Amino acid sequence: MMHLKHNWTDEQIEQIVGNLLRIGVMAAAVVVLVGGILYLIHSGTTMPNYRVFHGEPSDLRSLSGIAGDAFSRRPQGLIQFGLLLLIATPVARVALSVFAFALQRDRTYVLVTLIVLALLMYSLTGGRL
Amino acid sequence: MNTLEFTVLVGLGSLGAGFLGSLTGLGGGVVLVPLLALAFGVDIRYAIGASLISVIATSSGAAAAYVKEGYSNIRIGMFLEMATAFGALVGASVATRVSTAAIAVIFGVVLLYSAYLSNRSPRERQSDDQPDPLATLLKMDASYPTPDGPRPYHVHAVPAGFSLMFVAGALSGLLGIGSGAVKVLAMDQAMHIPFKVSTTTSNFMIGVTAAASAGVYLSRGYIDPGLAMPVMLGVLVGALLGARILIRTQTRLLRVIFGLIIAALAIEMIYNGLTGRL
Repeated sequence: MMHLKHNWTDEQIEQIVGNLLRIGVMAAAVVVLVGGILYLIHSGTTMPNYRVFHGEPSDLRSLSGIAGDAFSRRPQGLIQFGLLLLIATPVARVALSVFAFALQRDRTYVLVTLIVLALLMYSLTGGRL
Repeated sequence: MNTLEFTVLVGLGSLGAGFLGSLTGLGGGVVLVPLLALAFGVDIRYAIGASLISVIATSSGAAAAYVKEGYSNIRIGMFLEMATAFGALVGASVATRVSTAAIAVIFGVVLLYSAYLSNRSPRERQSDDQPDPLATLLKMDASYPTPDGPRPYHVHAVPAGFSLMFVAGALSGLLGIGSGAVKVLAMDQAMHIPFKVSTTTSNFMIGVTAAASAGVYLSRGYIDPGLAMPVMLGVLVGALLGARILIRTQTRLLRVIFGLIIAALAIEMIYNGLTGRL
């Protein structure tokens, strides 16, 4: 990493971003798959009902609720945690870009990227307009 | 039908959607929502939540490859992302307030338009290219790889592209799709960005746009783990398979077939929305 420290080129940033995306998607897919298998073992023989919209229970709606469910190894909480990892991947990419533009001393794009990051964080914490 | 059977069928359907979506470059989201709503009888709100998740998965998966090839332009993407992310927040907030019938009708209209857009062949632009002061100020001009070496390009009409991107974001947030067709339209047609750069930058943006509305949907209870699980995994596997086969297929015919499927789904969505069945 030393040689990257002074001035990242756009190409180097793109390589790192590409790897970040790949790792994020793979990690999310593995967690969702494990959660999915447990979920099917647990409740594979019941009847699903998605015809009528009820909305998810509150523990599957918030970051803290999902984390709690995932760590107590509830299958649905585990899947939801994997989905959160997936949603976090583009967020992490944007966060990394803030850092990369800062190293390039590109103030305009640091600001641009921070605005995008703020919108993402607002949404992830449940905010709506 | 028990949960296991339902999961397997939804997973297979999603695999097909992801496969066709990646072969044609339209993405799986446009067929997923109608597929889940019409064939599986899933409430459109759950369908939108699951589709949005799959959109993030395929966009990030494909972007990892595209980004490394050096086509996508991260400055253009990030700048326009301000408009799409804000649009996505607005769209998702509107979606939690309007009737499912209204969403179905809007979905149908957007599908028809996407089918139309995707079946026009991109026309080659002559390089009339004068630099645009605003694009220069924003350091958007760059170059992209061609067989004859890097070819530079200039970006135009930044405000027009920015406004169209807000629309793309709002549709993405409202309908749980990637709105790739509108994003490419904005970059290719309005901003005169080369087609390859437009499509790959659009792909780069889709994941971020979708993430901007995912939080709203999650907190409103639209994202069901039991449904999103087979959809995400199915679409992801389908998209990876499609990307592998892509080099060897005649995509022109595929696009026409896929366009017809989308048009048929669109009409069914509009009909069911208007008669109050969705």
